[in-house]
Order: sequence, then structure tokens, then C-alpha cells
Amino acid sequence: MYEKQILICAGTGCISSGALDIKSTLAGELEKHHLQDKVRIIMSGCHGFCEKGPIFIVYPDDVFYCEVKPEDVPELVEEYLVKGNLVERLLYKDPVSRQTVVSHDQIAFYHKQYRQVLRNCGVIDPENIDEYIIRGGYLGLKKALQMEPAAVINEVKNAGLRGRGGAGFPTGTKWQFAYNSPGDKKYIVCNADEGDPGAFMDRSVLEGDPHAVLEGMLIAGRATGAAEGYIYVRSEYPLAVKRLRTAIAQAGEYGMIGENILASGFNFTIKIKEGAGAFVCGEETALLASIEGKRGVPRHRPPFPAVEGLWGKPTCINNVETLANVPLILRRGAAWFSSLGTAGSKGTKVFALTGKVNNTGLVEVPMGVTIRGVVFDIGGGIRAGKKFKAVQIGGPSGGCIPEAHLDLPIDFDSLTAAGAMMGSGGMVVVDEDTCMVDLARYFLNFTKNESCGQCVPCRLGITQMYNILDDITQGKGKPEDIELLQELAIGVKKGSLCGLGQTAPNPVLTTLRYFRDEYEAHVLERRCPALVCRELLVYRIDAVKCIGCERCVKACPADAITGAKKEPHVIDPARCTRCGACMEACPKKVQAVECVSDGSAALSQSKEGSTCRT
Amino acid sequence: MAGLATVLGSGAMTNTIAEIEDSSCILAIGTSTTDAHPIAGYRIKKAVRKGARLIVANPKAVDLCRFADLYLPIRPGSDVALLMGMARVIVEEGLMDQKYIEERCENFDEFKQALDAFPPAFVEEVTGVPREKIALAARLYAAGKPASILYCMGITQHSHGTDNVLAVSNLALLTGNLGKVSGGVNPLRGQNNVQGACDMGLLPNVFTGYQRVDNPEARAKFEKAWGCSLSGAPGLTHTEIFDAAYNGKIKALYLVGENPLLTEANASHAAEAIKKLDFFVVQDIFLTETARLADVVLPAATFAEKDGTFTNTERRVQRVRRVIEPVGQAKPDWWITCAVARAMGAQGFDFNSPAEIFNEIASLTPSYAGISYARLEQSGGIQWPCPTAEHPGTAILHTEKFATPSGKGKLVALQYRPPAEQPDAAYPLVLTTDRSLFQYHGTMTRRAPGLDGLNGEELVCINPADAKNLGVAGGDLVDVVSRRGRVKVKAKLTRRCRPGVVSMSFHFAECPTNVLTSPALDPVAKTPETKVCAVRIEKL
Amino acid sequence: MSDLITLTIDGRPVQAAPGTSILRAALDSGIYIPHLCDHPDLEPVGICRLCLVEIEGRRPTVSCKTPVEEGLVVRTSSADLDLIRKVNLELLIVNHDYNCQSCVKNSKCQLQKVTSYVGVDEKSLRRVRKPELDHPLDTSNPFFTRDMNKCVLCGICVRTCDEIQGDGCIDFAFRGTRTKISVLGDKPILESACVSCGECVARCPVGALVPVKFEEPAYEVETVCPYCGCGCGIIVGARGGRVVSSRAVPGNQVNRGSLCVKGRFGLGYVNHPGRLTALLIRKDGELVEAAWDEALALVAEKLNSYKGDQFAAIASAKCTSEDSYVIQKFARAVMGTNNIDHCARL
Repeated sequence: MYEKQILICAGTGCISSGALDIKSTLAGELEKHHLQDKVRIIMSGCHGFCEKGPIFIVYPDDVFYCEVKPEDVPELVEEYLVKGNLVERLLYKDPVSRQTVVSHDQIAFYHKQYRQVLRNCGVIDPENIDEYIIRGGYLGLKKALQMEPAAVINEVKNAGLRGRGGAGFPTGTKWQFAYNSPGDKKYIVCNADEGDPGAFMDRSVLEGDPHAVLEGMLIAGRATGAAEGYIYVRSEYPLAVKRLRTAIAQAGEYGMIGENILASGFNFTIKIKEGAGAFVCGEETALLASIEGKRGVPRHRPPFPAVEGLWGKPTCINNVETLANVPLILRRGAAWFSSLGTAGSKGTKVFALTGKVNNTGLVEVPMGVTIRGVVFDIGGGIRAGKKFKAVQIGGPSGGCIPEAHLDLPIDFDSLTAAGAMMGSGGMVVVDEDTCMVDLARYFLNFTKNESCGQCVPCRLGITQMYNILDDITQGKGKPEDIELLQELAIGVKKGSLCGLGQTAPNPVLTTLRYFRDEYEAHVLERRCPALVCRELLVYRIDAVKCIGCERCVKACPADAITGAKKEPHVIDPARCTRCGACMEACPKKVQAVECVSDGSAALSQSKEGSTCRT
Repeated sequence: MAGLATVLGSGAMTNTIAEIEDSSCILAIGTSTTDAHPIAGYRIKKAVRKGARLIVANPKAVDLCRFADLYLPIRPGSDVALLMGMARVIVEEGLMDQKYIEERCENFDEFKQALDAFPPAFVEEVTGVPREKIALAARLYAAGKPASILYCMGITQHSHGTDNVLAVSNLALLTGNLGKVSGGVNPLRGQNNVQGACDMGLLPNVFTGYQRVDNPEARAKFEKAWGCSLSGAPGLTHTEIFDAAYNGKIKALYLVGENPLLTEANASHAAEAIKKLDFFVVQDIFLTETARLADVVLPAATFAEKDGTFTNTERRVQRVRRVIEPVGQAKPDWWITCAVARAMGAQGFDFNSPAEIFNEIASLTPSYAGISYARLEQSGGIQWPCPTAEHPGTAILHTEKFATPSGKGKLVALQYRPPAEQPDAAYPLVLTTDRSLFQYHGTMTRRAPGLDGLNGEELVCINPADAKNLGVAGGDLVDVVSRRGRVKVKAKLTRRCRPGVVSMSFHFAECPTNVLTSPALDPVAKTPETKVCAVRIEKL
Repeated sequence: MSDLITLTIDGRPVQAAPGTSILRAALDSGIYIPHLCDHPDLEPVGICRLCLVEIEGRRPTVSCKTPVEEGLVVRTSSADLDLIRKVNLELLIVNHDYNCQSCVKNSKCQLQKVTSYVGVDEKSLRRVRKPELDHPLDTSNPFFTRDMNKCVLCGICVRTCDEIQGDGCIDFAFRGTRTKISVLGDKPILESACVSCGECVARCPVGALVPVKFEEPAYEVETVCPYCGCGCGIIVGARGGRVVSSRAVPGNQVNRGSLCVKGRFGLGYVNHPGRLTALLIRKDGELVEAAWDEALALVAEKLNSYKGDQFAAIASAKCTSEDSYVIQKFARAVMGTNNIDHCARL
């Protein structure tokens, strides 16, 4: 028997910061101390706290070491495993209280979470089906196999589960449609084409708990009468693909996948289809086209896939997180599930919390928790004591929610009402140093390139909005642009064929709604209040503070600074490219260079007629 | 033509082009439909889109193969073996339509006996196609309800072309596919009005509507109508005419819209024959290679310069209308012929318009009797037989009975006969001819700006394995030599040709493929075997 | 026949067969709904987003993809719909080479039709950023030119090639604003599997696919194609005594609105300078020009001396049936022989 187990996070994040080296070093060190039979190493899925990775937890003690490097391993073994002394410097320190925390439960990041979908992530070895089964795995399937399909669907309906892929369509209703559609063949498709930049909820589930997804698909198959399943996963997720393949093989060996599953007469097979990484293939009809080997472009609905899907057959498409919820609902019951969350949004939701917060990573909270709860309680507030400005929820086509709405409960309907959306659960926190026009431009740059190019508003409208935003950030905005942006955004939102175009204008619409003053400052006064838009900035040297050290003169790549030694230097605005090198070069004690955006920059530019685009 | 007429009573396409779309199995044999009949090709592709099975049998992997479920690369001239072999599988496996055979067919027992001569091993040997594929083709075809057979020159231009046609009809009769919507036996006629020309009696043995010249009743009818006495002896066929001219028996030839120097099998023989004529009149739209040999050349109008009718491959009579005035001195062919006749003092040639001619045709031709210009104006086309002015025309033939004396379709006991010319040591390769999408016989297409740009020169297609043996690379200039002649042409290496078979088209005057081809005639239809001749390739 | 369905479009009762789209039902009833990507021969896709309508009790939807239903109440215009169309159209216009005067499709262009319906305000149009249109012209095909600067990406050509021709040799390529219609490998069309049938050219709603050297015919005549035995109905256009165009007869039962390369582009031989325009008689071994009277007299005189089986006539399967009838009658009745045949066997 092992006395201790060490969980090393083997999520993609921790692997890239050295988890595999830690494992091999640890194995060597254990042997050195003859501990290899007493201490077992488990490579787990993602713990969610990627910022602090690689993560190294010792059970049953529940000691949480973070940011561990291979060279720390000998000390951890020697000091902790052999001598029993905590290695203080590798423990987690709370960024607010500066207190050291031993157990991961005590960490604010985890403490406020309610991990249901992520229940096994970071806890079990995802490549070992036994560990999944020990923690209640496949009990949901077993229960579903004892029920009539209609009863399974009812259970999911009663639970109030809504699709986690973005639109929030009630899952039970979708299953009902697929169940009702006549067809000799039906399909279950797992949408694992997680495309939002910075989002990795689905990847973590696939990597950390692949069987939960398989079990969800099996239950969906049982409920709808499908016997074949496809997992459409991005080929940029090689680890997820590998673990899924392992899981499918193991489930096959255990009789969970294949023919006559658990002696119930139910047959179900699962295939993996690797996508080539087009964002639009996350849209369900485009995804189906891609599986069929066609160009991945969305088509008009109806017919909905539940009626005419893959190869024209009824097809039920659910997202990874949705499916991972399903085994829990079957196992623990609809009543339990619907006790979590709000009236319209049941259960929990996983978010990828990124941006200017102290704790970034994957967080799971019950629906209805406020934005403040996530950003401040779990995220630990804004870095470097800066001021919170907004949070972009729902990925590149989500919306920016301002400070005034910090107490908005996170659920499908509240977010939509505020102009954002649940999306797949991206949450990017921005602080006072972020220009909202520039932020909108950034997101539109993504969606304009990812538009499939098929329907007119999306293909041309997003690019048009991008071009206008680009002009505005360069001080070339025209007063009528704000109104034009508004018109375009509505035209694209209401006129587009699929979800991509229908949501892509959200960043524009919400920033116009909550930060219109920033647009006006850019357009009317040629100012960027956040000091981000380069063309609108002016660098000046305070003649009083300047000590004439010539460091800025040397640092300037544009030869824009003149002045003799010991004399105050001067920046020629016409030559200045606003790169900020002078500001960095100026000694910290002096700080004679200042950056302002007061409208004079654009003036000097228009005189010179020169523009500098980056 | 002759083949179908004897067993079914009519030699035309039994169904319509549009129906192809709803066939559940299509056997396309000896046709490169997407090249030679592109619009029928669209229908085939549509049928495949709708789920039809497509079987292509052809010595060359024609474009249509891209859409096929099954491709049978048969040796040139082995069609009878293939089709009888398929019939044998169908009979052995009991896949035939027993009820249909009993009610509508005759001679089944004799036919069944003849199948004994086509065991799988023999069929495999002759066709060069594995027996499993042939059996699969038989099963697919028999399972197709309805199944349609399309064929073209690849079936008819053989020394046993009539047998080929009979073999096709056997298969359709056996499976009960004649007289059914989207079924049938469908010869795709080559030229736009080849059906109409046959219907009009442009044949040595029949008047209009296939009324035989050796039938005294028919002759009497025409003698009465035309006010003259008529010969009851069938005349010479196209190829026989050139032979007779060569032998001095034919002394005067009136040639309308034909360029035998390009299209005639063994074309150099035709040229010799023409030179021996006493008097040679050519009537054409261009001064063709042949016209240059004429004593008198009469300028004819193109289709765009005259009124009239064309009858298409599905028996649909449609109106041709004058778009522009004839160029220069050109006149419509009917006008010229009538003028010649009148100049010779003949009666019955004072037609003022094609409509008047058509009325005479309708009055003498039962299958056209109900058609008139007035009706064509309204309907946009009528399919014969159309016996009365009230009759809507006939889309599908043989729906109730066949036009044979017994009213039944005859299953014919066929034997396999090899092509007249077999490859040997001196001429080891088989040449077959085909048609390009972008060209026609050449007289017109070569003069249509642009088409030459898409396919402007003749190429001989050779399998890479054969080319390797010959030391020929793609683009090399080679001589293709047969017992009758030689042409210089560039080689194109392609796996579309099976080893041992080379193919050429016949659109180009500068490379007259038909100087090579075999004049061996089918004994019934008198069609020359342009699809099989033995050649050798000489590297230059 | 199934019963007709009755619905209301903009307050007018409209009847249509089940399965008809709202757009087609409206157009057939003389109610125009702007559209670019819909074509009666093709499956609708709903990508131009111009034919959006409002149906009572539902979200706005494209009328080309929505079948008629009994009792539907459809509105083709509202503040929302008008805004979407305006935005859409302005975007299309600035992304399109708008040199209408020099465009072959001028006055027949569907984009112009949409524009005149929606109405474009110059001032509003000036606000919109205009991209540089720099697609090179594809002049590789001898019969038609592809100008992607005029393309509105309606996809009609793509669906035509797929659904009508069955070849699918063109498709959408690239993404976002870079999207264009292209062939495999983004090569000139001539290097693709294209068979030059011109079906896409015939259906292109704008000036992106136009025949090379297009001449507007002065008049058109319906007739039959002179090439293969299919016998497609064609409408031939002419001006100044020349044939200048050919298009398919829409309702013809043989070709159902389609043509191949020869029927559409291969009629030029009629105008070929090498056409035989004069009569020629061989004199002293040379063919020299003659008059009809002279030639007819000569032929009559000569043939009179070869009556019977020393005479033969060979005619062409390209001639009309009337031509054919007359010549066989001539051979039989005048020349007294059955030596008459044609090239049926070839």
C-alpha cells in the first residue's frame, strides 16, 4: 500500500511549464530515498490554477505546493517526504493577506468555487478508468440504461440544464427533438471545438476527466436513440485527443462503449474527428459540414440538426461541459442539480478567468454568483492595485460589463440583458489602463478573420466596423462614425446567418453602451483616456525635472529628442513615433518624461501628414 | 438501329432524356455521355446525386467514371460477352423479372440455352474484367427498379454492332425494364438530326417512318403520292456507295453536308473513290476537304439560316427557326434540292416553305401524322409516334406491347464474335475512337472561335505501361499505323486507356484518324467498325 | 396535385404550392423582395440576407429558406428590416466595382435592382470605408471572363456547378473579407476541371461572370441546337445579320434551361469568314464562281444522264428533316434509285 500520493498537474499549462520534468525528477528522487513503494505519483488533469503551475499536491496530507520547478524536487522529497518539514517557500501565499496557505481548500481561489464539472479534474488520473469509476463514474449511465429514454430526457429537462456552448438552449428539449425525429440512424456529436482565445474549460475537462464526457454522450445516445457518436475536437488539443482515445479504448474494454453496453442491449460507438481550427466550426451546422468532409460553413436553420443533422440524420450536438454535467444529473438527480443556480440557469458554470486579476485560471461557480464574487473573491482583485474597469464575458463575441454592473448575477439571461453573453465562459478582466475602443478593435480583428465569409453582413460588416475602430484608435475617426458603428453593429447582429455574425458586434455594442465617452474622446477630442492608442499620445519632457542626462536622446529610435548635456531635452512631436523608449530610459528618480493624450498629437500629425501604424 | 427494330419493333430511344434522372440504376455502355451528350450527362449526374447506381462499361475510363459506382474496363469489342455474361448471372441467380418475361417476351428458352456459352471464366477472359465485377454489375442492374441502359457509338460501330444492340435489349427485357418510366434501352444518337434523317427515309431500304421500299403496299402509297414509279430494290449504304464508286458502278454522287475525307472509316479509300466519279456535287456550308474535289459546289444555309424541324434522340420533333438570312448566295438545302429537281423537269418539288414539306411528310408517315407546325409552335416539341392531331405524342415506347408482329419482345440467343480485326505481332495495339466535349466532327466546331483553344489538336492516348514499352513519352510525336494508313500525332499518356488499347478522336482534318479505322461492316446494319482496329505505334 | 396554400404578404393574399419558399411565392405573385443569392433552378442557401422578412410571432428570417404555411402573415418591410438591408447593401456597394456604365450587366444587374429598391443615400454611402478592389481579371477561358471585383459572393455559380453541371469545380475559398470564389489551388479557371459549359455565366446576377466580347442581340429567336442528338432548345440572338449569342430555352423539356459548351459558345461557325457564300463550278480543273441558274442547269443536265443505280446521294444528319425528306424523294422519285443514305452509322 502506498502511504502517500502525489498529484502532479499534467494539464497542458503545467506540462508546458515543466510538469513532466518534475515527474521524472521526482521518480528518481523517490528511488534514491527508497520511497518508490510508499509514494505514488499521479499525473492528474488540470487543477485550474494554471497561473501557479506546475502544481504539486501531497495526499492525504493535502499540502499544496505551487510554481514547483524540477530543481525544487530534491528539497521537497528530502525535507517534506523524508523529514516531514513543510517547504515554506513553495507554499501558496495569498496575494491580499500575504498569508501562507497549506491546504488547497484554504486558498481563496478554490475556497469560493463549487467544482462539479471539474470534480475529477486534478483529482484523478485521467488515463485510468478505474479512478473515474471509483468516484462514481458510469453510475449515471447505469441508471440511464435502467430508465426509458423518455424518462432520461425528462430528468435532464427537470434538472434545467442549458447548453454550455454559448446559446444556453435547454438540453432536455434538444434531446426531445432528436428523440422525436424519425430516422433509421441518429448521431450524438460532442462539440469540443473550443475556439475562444484564452478559453480552456473544455480542454481541461477533456484532459482531466474524459470519461465524464464519454458518459454524457452515452446517456445522450440512450435518451435520443442514437448509436453513434462523434467528438469534434481541435487538433490543437493533442493531449485531449490522446486522453480521449485512451478513455474510449478503456471504456470499450470495460464494455461501456460498443455493443450491448452493460448487458442492456444498448449499442453505442464513439469516433473522434479532429478539426483544423476554424473558429466558425464551433457553430453546430459548420461543425457537421466539417465532419462530413465539406467546407466548414454554417447553414440556415431550420432544419435544425436534431431533425436533419450529420449526413441528413437526426443529430444531437452538445458541448463538452454540457455533456460532463449529464452523468451528475443522472446520478444525483434532477432535484439536486436544479437546487444549484438561479431560476432560469441551473447548475454551475466553468469560466476561464484571465486578464488583470491576481488569480487567473479555471473557476467553477454556481450560476447566479455575481461578477464581483468571481473577479474579487476568487480572482483576488486587480493586479498591482489598479482600478477595475470592465470584464469581457463570453469570448471575442461577448460583451464588456462595466463596474456599475459588478453585482450582476452570472446567469444566461442577466448577461444577455446586459449586452454580453455566457458564451462558452471566457472572462477577461481589464483595468483602467485598457482603452475600450482598442479592446473592441482587438476582438473584432479576431472575428473578422474568422468569419466564414459566406453571408454578407458578417463578411463585410465586421471588417467595416474593424476599419472604423482602427481609424478611431489612430485619431482618424469622424463624428458620424459612432452612429455608423451603431447601425453596422445592429445590421450585422440582426442580419447575419449564424451565431458568429449575430454576436460579433457585441464588443462594439457594449463598449458603445457603457463607454461611449471613450469613443467621443477619441473621435471628437483626439484623445485616448487610457493612454493606449499610440497615435493619440504625446510624449513631453518636463524641463524642470529633466537633468539633461541624454539617456532618452540615445534611447530614441527616431532621433526625435534634442538637447545638450545638462540642458533640458525636448521631443520633436513631428518626429516622435510614441514608442515610449524615452520614458523607460529616463531614470526612475527623475521621471521627467510624461505621456499625455490631450488632442495635440493628432493635430501635429495632421499637419505633418505622417502616420505611424503598428 | 436495325438491331432494336427487329426485336422491339422500333430502333429509337425508348424513353426520354429527362427520365434518366429518376432511374435507380444506369448502365452506360459505349458512351462517354458527359463528353458527347453533355445534357444527357447532366441527367445522369443528377440521378447519381439522387442515389442512383451508375455502372460504366467502356474500354476507356471516360469522364463519366468519376460518378460511377462500378467501372468495367472491357476490351474493345467484347460487349456481347459482357452483356450475355451479365444476363447469365441474372438468370442463374433468379434476378430476372419472371412475370414480365412470361407476359411480354418470347424465345426465353432458346436464349437461356445460349447463355451456356458464357461461363464466368470465358467472359472474364474475353472482356478482361474480373468475374466478380461482372456479377456485381449484373446484380446492381437487376436490382435497379427501374434501370436504364444508355449506349452510343461504342456499341454500334462494330462489325457485330447489331449483336451488341441485341445483347443490350436482352438485358432490359430480362429484367422487365422496357416500357417503364425511367427504364428502357436508350441509344444516344450522335448527330442532332440523325433520328429525323432516319425517320425521313434517308436510308437505302425504307421510305419515311421505316416503311420498307421492298413492301409493295408502301411503294404503291409513295408512287401514288409522288406520281412516279419507284424501285423496290434496296439501295447501297453509305460505305457501299464509296465501294461502288471505287469500282466504277456509281458514276454520279450528290453529297450533302458530309465530309467523308474526315469521318469515313478507311478515309483514304473514300478519297480514291471520289476521284473515280464522273460527276460529283457537294452541297455544304464550308469548302471542306471533300468539297474541294467536287465538280459543282452549292452553298448551303446553316441551321441558323433556315426553318424546319429536328428530331432528337428521344424522338422529339422540334422546330428549327431562321435567325438570320443565309449568307451570300447560300440557300437552304431543301430549296437547292427542289431547284435541281425542277431544273430536271420533275414534278412535286414546288414547295414554298418547310411547312409545306412537313405536311407532305405527315400525310405519308403514320408516326408523324398528328404533328404539324401549328402544334409544334404551341407545345415546343412532340415525341413520335403521334398518329393523330389529338394524340399527345409518346414519351415511352412499348408500355403495353412491342411494335413487333407478335407484340412481344424477342430475347435473342447470341454468340460471341470477336472484332473483325484482332491485334497481332505487326499491329499489336487496339485503336478505338472517341469524341471530345469541345469538338464535333470538326467542320463546325473547328470554326467556332474558342473551342479550338480548349482542345485544339489530336492526341493519341496511350497507357503509360504501353508507352514505356514503346519508349514513348508524353508529348512525343508518333506515327499511328494500321493496315490502311498512317497518321502523325502527339502522344498523351493516361491510365484512362487500359493496356493494349489506344484511343483517338476524329475531329481534326490535319490528323484524319479515320484513314486508320476498319471498314469491316456489321452484316445487318452495315455500320463500319470504327471502334476497333489493330494498329502499331512508331516512335519518330 | 396538392392544394394551394394561402398566406398574406404585406397584406395581400398570396397562393402557392406547398414547399414553395416565401420568396418565390412573393415573386410569383408580383411582390418584389430584394434578393441576390436565390435562383429558381437552385437550392436556396440564404446567405445574401437581403430577403429577410418578418413573420408574425417569429424572429426575422430569410424568405428564400422559409416555406409557405397556411395563414402566415408576412411583412417584407419594417424599421429593422430596412436597416439591415441598407447596411447590407451599402457594404456590398463599396466592396463592388461600381463602374456600371462599362459593365455588360448594366440594366440587367440584380445588384442594381436591389439598389433601386432599397435606395442608397450618397451621404450615407460616403461614411463607409472603401477597400481597394484588386483581384486580377481571370481571362484564361476563351468564352468568359471572371472579374472577382464585381463578385457579390452570392454563390450561385458554385451551386450551379455543383447542382446543375455536377462537377463542383468552383467553391468559396479563404475566409472573412478575403473570401472569394476560386478553383482548386486558386488557379485560373482554365486550369481547373471546368468544362466551360457557361451555366454559371448564364446565372451570375452581376457582372462578375460575363461572356468575352459580349454583344447585346438586337433580337432573339427560339430554335434547336445544331450539335448532338440531345436537341436542346436554344434562344439564338442576332444583330446585323450575325449570330451573337445563345442561351437555353428556360422551359425546354430536354435541357431544362441548361446548355453545354458547344450549344452556348459554339455557334460562331455560322459567322465564320470561311463560309461558302458562292457557287463554284469546276472549269478547266479549277473551281470558279458561278450563278445559281448556270449551276442548276449544269447539275440538271449532268444528273439527267446518270439516272438509276449509277447515281447515289448521301445526305447529312445535320440537315433538317424537311431537307432530308426532299433529298430522299429526289433520289427515289427523280433519280429512280434507293442509293440514298446518310451518316447515321457514324
